[in-house]
Amino acid sequence: MKKTLLLLTFFTLAIGGFVFSQELNSNGNIHGNFSFEGQYYITDSAINAYEVKEKILSNSFLNLIYTNGNFTSGIRYEAYLGPMKGYDDAYAGNGLPYRFATYKKDELEVTVGNFYDQFGNGLIFRSYEEKTLGIDNAMDGIRVKFTPVNGITLKGIVGNQRIYWAKSAGVLRGIDGEFALNDLCSRMKDSKTKIILGGSAISKYQKDKPTSKYKLPVNVAAFAGRFDISRGRFALQGEYAYKINDPSALNNYIFKPGEALFLSGSYSQKGLGVIVAAKRIDNMNFRTDRDMIGNPLTISYLPSITKQHTYSLAALYPYSTQPNGEMGFFGQVEYMFKKGSKLGGKYGTDASVNFSRINNIKKESPGAGIAMDSAGTMGYKSEFFAFGDELYFQDFNLEVTHKFNKHWKAIFSYLNLIYNISIIENHEGPLIYANVGIADVTYKFNEKNAVRVELQNLMSKQDKGDWFTGLVEYTIAPKWFFSVMDQYNYGNEDFEKRFHYYMAALGYTKGSNRIALQYGRQREGIVCVGGICRAVPASNGFQISITSSF
Amino acid sequence: MKYLSLIFVGIMVTISAFSQETAPKTSKLPSIDIKTVDGKTINTASLSNNGKPMIVSFWALWCKPCVKELTTISEVYPDWVKETGVKLYAVSIDDSRSSSRVKPTVESKNWDYEVLLDQNSDFKRAMNVNMIPHTFLLNGKGEIVWQHTSFAEGAELELIELVKKVAKGESIDTK
Repeated sequence: MKKTLLLLTFFTLAIGGFVFSQELNSNGNIHGNFSFEGQYYITDSAINAYEVKEKILSNSFLNLIYTNGNFTSGIRYEAYLGPMKGYDDAYAGNGLPYRFATYKKDELEVTVGNFYDQFGNGLIFRSYEEKTLGIDNAMDGIRVKFTPVNGITLKGIVGNQRIYWAKSAGVLRGIDGEFALNDLCSRMKDSKTKIILGGSAISKYQKDKPTSKYKLPVNVAAFAGRFDISRGRFALQGEYAYKINDPSALNNYIFKPGEALFLSGSYSQKGLGVIVAAKRIDNMNFRTDRDMIGNPLTISYLPSITKQHTYSLAALYPYSTQPNGEMGFFGQVEYMFKKGSKLGGKYGTDASVNFSRINNIKKESPGAGIAMDSAGTMGYKSEFFAFGDELYFQDFNLEVTHKFNKHWKAIFSYLNLIYNISIIENHEGPLIYANVGIADVTYKFNEKNAVRVELQNLMSKQDKGDWFTGLVEYTIAPKWFFSVMDQYNYGNEDFEKRFHYYMAALGYTKGSNRIALQYGRQREGIVCVGGICRAVPASNGFQISITSSF
Repeated sequence: MKYLSLIFVGIMVTISAFSQETAPKTSKLPSIDIKTVDGKTINTASLSNNGKPMIVSFWALWCKPCVKELTTISEVYPDWVKETGVKLYAVSIDDSRSSSRVKPTVESKNWDYEVLLDQNSDFKRAMNVNMIPHTFLLNGKGEIVWQHTSFAEGAELELIELVKKVAKGESIDTK
């Protein structure tokens, strides 16, 4: 209490000081953003939208950033009164969970307080926020960035991680270095081949409990090395990470070290883009609390390699990374049929083909007489380059974008998905095979008015069967939009569950202020952003969202 | 305790609102390290266009309206550049899941923008972007003079009118 009060006093004074100094130095500036999202919940037991005792729930935040020359500081106020459905109840409350100060002096940049950062692709360290998913594992500590010469960036971090309104008991310490060889090596200055190398190390400290059955490592280190090579149209990237033994609730307390490998290669030229990628993840759950399950307190970020779909039925069965083990690959070709060609028409046609497939890793017993994954052992042995037999996810999809004339344009997509529900959603069920067809057609009446119609059909013999979605959206640029949508589970085997999820929305945007109102049903499902997903329960009601940047 | 925090924020908001009114609008791009599509680190404070207007547009591969906006502008971009000298920086907030796919996609779509990667949303956060697409317009002095969120068909026409004004050195009155 006393500490918080002191802190508040400090920040009030500090900000007061800034405002004052602003008069002295006209370069000072305050800017920020605000977001409010609230819903009035209506009980709709048919779709499992249960009674919400509070009736109204809301999430909101305000960021303020002050900059003056090389100095920046900021705070964020957050309020979850109470947290909207789908967000963890532990967010209930309000306060100032985020504040920082940064200054830059020549080669040095120092940040104290909260910060977000990642090393390389984030395989061994990523601190980030994804408000729509309720993820915020902001660091609270110190970060120092040092750029001794052009081409070298060194970073050091130390701190705790945020968990809801508290901080992790475990502490993180890490360093990262990135070296752009073309800037460093005079002989490579004019080389067409660009090489960037990087390396990082991180260590987590967490006390062992006196009641622990095993002698658990209290300091867990992880290392990663990466490269980024490009030459003209070709690019090659990769990162490998290694984590020492880290028994945790999520790997059933096995002592096997963890590994991860990401590789990608691409070719790009005007009108053509090709990319292939592969990854392997083996026992890479890494948290500041070894007993934590669910989304909080992650240190490692292991993004999914599959394409992220945005149309609602294409995203009905989204893949999310299995940190305990998976192997997969991804390939995509994008091509533009030129203007004036037969398939290109007057404006050109974009086409893309995409395929990805994820399996388990091959596992063997760690030794004679030891059952696989048994706690307190090495858990299993796994050959690095061997795919397992179990399919987790497969996605083949095509997308064509074409503008017919000044008035008409359209996007057509087809997807073929295989989804292992028992692994991805962790409950019994058969493999789900789904075919999805989508047409997204826009008609522009004149310079400002346009209507967009989205038709989506998903066919599956498993899970909830077939779905149809229809959406009509009318926009008056640049300020207004109106839309109505219906999602209909017409193929559900259970006739009583063939629900309509209807929705109507309107929005007004002026500059960076936006207000949107929405009324209708939300089906229960999974929302994913950047490979992390969260389950959202079904709901029915009236929603309002206000966002603003200034 | 909670009340104290509230009071504090109340004060903060008042102060900031107050300072908004009095402070001259000289907000420039913050100093954040992000990457080019070739992996090279660059600082956002160094983005410039030789005294001509700049557009900074936040987008991502998974954001359909963003891709629509940039595709629409791309059709008329050569004319915009010829007429006003404007330069568009397309800042992708794709994280490491898809950031390596940005370059092939941009090339295949024939976009002529300067494309940057903001993998951990550091630049987005420093610019106070709530959601994408979010577009900023900067004048020749590098000052942010206008911003807009979301995209609707035809919104690009408003943008080019503003760019023309800024290129002529006129002030923007969005009312």
